[in-house]
Amino acid sequence: MDLFEYQGKQLLARHGVAVPEGAAADTPEETVAAADTLGYPVVVKAQVQVGGRGKAGGIRVATDAGEARSHAQAMLDRRLRGHVVRRLWVERACDIDAEYYASFTLDRSARLHLAMVSSRGGVDIETVAEEDPAAIARLHVDPLDGLTTADARLLVEQAGLDLRAADQLAEVLVGLWKVYSEADAELVEVNPIVVTSDGGVLALDAKVTLDESAFYRHPEWDDLRAFQVLDERERLARAHGLNYIGLAGTVGIIGNGAGLVMSTLDVVNKVGGTAANFLDVGGGAGADLVAAALEVVNSDPNVRAILVNIFGGITRGDQVAQGIVEALSRVDLRSPIVVRLDGTNAVEGRAILASHQSDRLVSEPTMLAAAQRAVDLAASGVPLR
Amino acid sequence: MSILADQSTRVAVQGLTGSQGRFHGLRNRAYGTQVVAGVTPGRGGNDVEGIPVFDTVAGAVEETGADATLVFVPPKTAARAVLEAADAGVRLIVCITEGIPMHDEVEVSSYLRRNHPDTRLVGPNCPGVISPGRCNIGITPGEIALAGGPVGVVSRSGTLTYQALHELTRLGIGQTTCVGIGGDPVPGTGFIECLRRFEADAETGAVILIGEIGGSEEEEAAEFIAAEMTKPVVAYIAGVTAPTGRRMGHAGAIVSGSRGGARSKMDALHRAGVEVVDDPTEVGSRMGSVVAGLAPRASGDGAGS
Repeated sequence: MDLFEYQGKQLLARHGVAVPEGAAADTPEETVAAADTLGYPVVVKAQVQVGGRGKAGGIRVATDAGEARSHAQAMLDRRLRGHVVRRLWVERACDIDAEYYASFTLDRSARLHLAMVSSRGGVDIETVAEEDPAAIARLHVDPLDGLTTADARLLVEQAGLDLRAADQLAEVLVGLWKVYSEADAELVEVNPIVVTSDGGVLALDAKVTLDESAFYRHPEWDDLRAFQVLDERERLARAHGLNYIGLAGTVGIIGNGAGLVMSTLDVVNKVGGTAANFLDVGGGAGADLVAAALEVVNSDPNVRAILVNIFGGITRGDQVAQGIVEALSRVDLRSPIVVRLDGTNAVEGRAILASHQSDRLVSEPTMLAAAQRAVDLAASGVPLR
Repeated sequence: MSILADQSTRVAVQGLTGSQGRFHGLRNRAYGTQVVAGVTPGRGGNDVEGIPVFDTVAGAVEETGADATLVFVPPKTAARAVLEAADAGVRLIVCITEGIPMHDEVEVSSYLRRNHPDTRLVGPNCPGVISPGRCNIGITPGEIALAGGPVGVVSRSGTLTYQALHELTRLGIGQTTCVGIGGDPVPGTGFIECLRRFEADAETGAVILIGEIGGSEEEEAAEFIAAEMTKPVVAYIAGVTAPTGRRMGHAGAIVSGSRGGARSKMDALHRAGVEVVDDPTEVGSRMGSVVAGLAPRASGDGAGS
């Protein structure tokens, strides 16, 4: 789950990392009230999860209430790089002496966490990494040891940061490590960390991605989730605990296992079709979940055919078949379903499907044949009603 | 021969008394695997269709001589279950559990590397290890595999593994061992550890590698294949048309550089001399031609089992 900037900053602050004082605002009135309380000048920042926000006019300085109001009016409910701005973050402006970069993420190759720190903050760090990799200090962090203050000092020195602020910078790095490790984050990235003209050190931005697998031990994430922007199909899928990504094509796709579903997208594409979605029911899906998956895909008005591709391991073919049959009786399906079923209990599953075969439900023996059939049905274009 | 596990492997199922553990534990036994124990804290002294259940892995090891465990414990306690097995001296731990938090996985990986370098964890979030005709430790449907070799299979995707086995078996091509290493960001065992074993295994004549987008394991495997493998490899990478999710920070991109995309992986493997197919249903037939071209194995090595 990707957090908005203001959510990330609130998380940082809870772990003792200094951020500029600020407040969230959903209306021009709230924006002015927040700015009045904070004291001018303030920075008004659009809360959207897209890069290049500043260049697109999503970050503006206001020196009085009139400006704060007009900035809010110019941003709220408008699109910024395709994303509707529903909330602003208003924070006290600060005088910046230096801008740095810091992040914690997983290095999959090393199977360890990786800290990266650079003196080249406030700019596109990927460009820095390409053109001048030595400008980024890196340190693998073993979770059994954690990031010590000594480690953090070393990073500050290796990255060539302002040593007059070394203690505070090291403290910020240790704080960011705590956010990363204690909050079950997959990514904590601050660009920039600033040293202010009065010698303070602040996190001026925050990109935080939380690991959804750890949701069970973070009940406080409910609040964060409430403001996540999802399209309607994604909202419905999440309510059922399904892994769904909406796409623009006409063949609805349901499968078990991310690899098989990705592969199904590839095969549909290869035989000339386009996928309407990625939907992984996961391992061990029962009849209810399969029926729910069909409901979600069916709610997409672009879908002209639904391809169900199951290779059972922990998932049992008979339960998948029961889910399909259940959905047929419960849901007003607009598109025909093509099913390919193999693996655990596939024989039982196919028998269940065979007794319900119709123009709305067809089975194919192989993945390729099923993809071809679904693409043909989608191309014939007419939904069942 | 096979890699990682064979008919002499003695398996304890952690979570045997749960519904998944029971279903698959019994199915593994029916396949011929030596399922010698179950482990469920608080349920010691019971049995599941004749398989004795113990409170701890240490107890199961002591009483039954188990040298491998199969983990069906839910995500909240799965990491602890893996560490318990390692501390009890188990040499092979196959973890099926899906949804273990990333930070737990890194901790497990570090702990094993530091304290139990000879313990091999396969998974988590994987289908397990099957050496057809010898043992099945995991959730792979045994009937889709065919004994006798000469193909080794290693895969990051569970269901695509089944797809590959199914295609091979339909063409009458047997497998030595099939390892599902799992799709999580921190797998206990990677491609390279498996490729090295297949290269050293006398019965394995060729290898299928199934990867997917994300990370750079496939690219690293390509480097290993080019440098150290003599046996032919056929590969499939899922996700050529996969949607790129909303990517927030840049740190991930800096770590993986240009690696991670399906094309990058396919190109790297192709450059390493691997036959890369662009459709998972072609994996079997392409391997068929590769196997047909294999020189007959020297008699003697590998004929013992």
